[in-house]
Amino acid sequence: MMWELIRQNRRKSMWLFVIMATLLVILGYLVGSVFDPDRGGVLGIVIAVGIFLFLTLVTLHSGDEILLKVSGAKEVGKDLHPRLYNVVEEMKIAANLEAMPRVFIIDEPAPNAFAIGLSPKKSAVAVTAGLLERLNRDELQGVVAHEISHIMNRDSQLMTVAGIMLGSIVLISQAFLRSWWLVPSGSRRYRTKGPSGGSPQLQLVMIGLAILLAILAPIFANLLYLAISRKREFLADASAVRLTRYPEGLASALEKISSVDIKLEAANKVTAPMFIINPLMKQGAKLSDLSSTHPPIKERIKILRFMTRGADLATYQKAYSRLRGKPMAIIPPSGLRKSKRIDIREATPADEAPKSNKKTARDVMDLMRAVNDYAFIVCMCGLKMKLPPEMPSDSTIACPRCGRGNRIPVAEMAPLAAMVGAAVSDQASAPADAPAPTRSRVLEYQRKGTGWETFACECGRLMQLSPAFGGRLLRCRDCGRKVKIIPPQREGK
Amino acid sequence: MIGWIILAIPVALVIWGVGIYNALVRLRNGVKNAWSQIDVQLKRRHDLIPNLVETAKGYMKHERETFEEVTKARSRAMDAGTVGEKAQAESGLSGALGRFMLVVENYPELQANQNFLALQEELTSTENRIAYSRQGYNDQVYFFNNKIQMFPSNIIANTFNFQKEEFFEIEDVAQREAPKVSFTQ
Repeated sequence: MMWELIRQNRRKSMWLFVIMATLLVILGYLVGSVFDPDRGGVLGIVIAVGIFLFLTLVTLHSGDEILLKVSGAKEVGKDLHPRLYNVVEEMKIAANLEAMPRVFIIDEPAPNAFAIGLSPKKSAVAVTAGLLERLNRDELQGVVAHEISHIMNRDSQLMTVAGIMLGSIVLISQAFLRSWWLVPSGSRRYRTKGPSGGSPQLQLVMIGLAILLAILAPIFANLLYLAISRKREFLADASAVRLTRYPEGLASALEKISSVDIKLEAANKVTAPMFIINPLMKQGAKLSDLSSTHPPIKERIKILRFMTRGADLATYQKAYSRLRGKPMAIIPPSGLRKSKRIDIREATPADEAPKSNKKTARDVMDLMRAVNDYAFIVCMCGLKMKLPPEMPSDSTIACPRCGRGNRIPVAEMAPLAAMVGAAVSDQASAPADAPAPTRSRVLEYQRKGTGWETFACECGRLMQLSPAFGGRLLRCRDCGRKVKIIPPQREGK
Repeated sequence: MIGWIILAIPVALVIWGVGIYNALVRLRNGVKNAWSQIDVQLKRRHDLIPNLVETAKGYMKHERETFEEVTKARSRAMDAGTVGEKAQAESGLSGALGRFMLVVENYPELQANQNFLALQEELTSTENRIAYSRQGYNDQVYFFNNKIQMFPSNIIANTFNFQKEEFFEIEDVAQREAPKVSFTQ
């Protein structure tokens, strides 16, 4: 059944491709023949297609990397945010994707998320820190499912091709509109050279047509692009519910996201259609208009809340028709025919008691610091110090609470040097048989009681724990290894 | 001419048979693959449980029965052989874990334990993965069973002894009812 959707999407991509390509070729021809009535038309087409091919090549080669860079996304593994990683993997299993998408976090307070991927084999999901801060597990799952649906339905593919086409058309139109006043003198000179130039009337008509098309083509292409984008959003919502079998998760996530009025710095016109809600939309703006990449969020929430009987595509279609009052096909009928009823699952019980907002916010901040190569040093008194990567390595820092001097481990402050295998002085002095410390390696130490305790790190350095120590992770001051401190098992309560 | 036609009929039959046979093998491999997906997640859950119980034991002194129930359900699930037995044992384990998690709510100190929270997240995720991969597996089994029972592909299936596969059904009703009962206590 999902194949139907994908096939339909391919057909749509083809149509879009043909229409936009026709626009591109006509535009190239007209612009070219305005500049040179004889051979300019062909040359114009060649240049137009050349621009498109160049943009396509760049996109295919490194489009996703560029996009992620522009958005300031940082890749995270399972160790940094197990919940996010788990949720993505669950949805990968539910959607039956061939490969695990890469997971990224964007350091922004505005809650939002996007997915990119030219193919399901090579895809990525990115969420903002603000999103992680606000959503519980079921809501996060809803958002991730929406993004995975975009990958599964090949929306990312479609929108990328459409985006490149749109970009080429806009580029050529802009270039022409800024330079067409150069034409008359040039073509007049050309006409005096030979009789083949054509009549001046025709020339004027050509210029007029070219200007008209240069103005209209981008608008038309843009509307086409936006219309498809909006429809894909509904389809992604429907698929997301089918994957999670829990409409309320996505509904309340959308509600939470839309209630926050923070502008997303990382978004621009190009990346906007990829986010789960339109990052450029102002709160007061009229919701339902043709110039939006996304359908009005209130409508999306309402449709999801109408789904009380099931979580399949047919139920979504019914809910959609009920809201709009007219039967408009969001899901192709061939996709509906074979869909069987899917029951709604129950909420994840652990979600009923969310952690306090302050604590979640602090956790997310710590996460972002970890992503950005901050070093975490736990002082003997239990205070956790977070050091930015710019801190001079191999120096001492005084604990702001107890005043103890803490050495900053060299290994930790030079993650890049460690990665390329450069010998750092401290590592060299460590025993030869000890494995090189890496960021992911975590030793464990089980506390025996609540008093003073001493234990040895793998490199041989003795570490002491005070009775007041409440941290979870201790860093060896010599080699920078992380030691996980497991609290003592209580006797009674 | 007639000689050619007589020759062509068996050739066409063989080609058709090979096509069906390959389709059957493909479907059976699909079922196997889908099963291994579930199996990975079931193993993952079995591995998680001892850790979970160990962590919780320090805090929950008076819940011996709940622990025993979970541990027993786990060993039953690990011993189960066929798909049907496994499905039954695993749904028993799911029920036991669900009750265990409800009991945990009475112990705020345990819920503040980072180690336990991490395990709980892993467990939730594993449960979800089992549910989602179960769906995929059952779809595969449905297609495969249809193919080997329907005419004419059932002729090939019978000749080469393709066996019907079992669905991985979890008794949803029992699983849903169980936690509610302990709520009313």
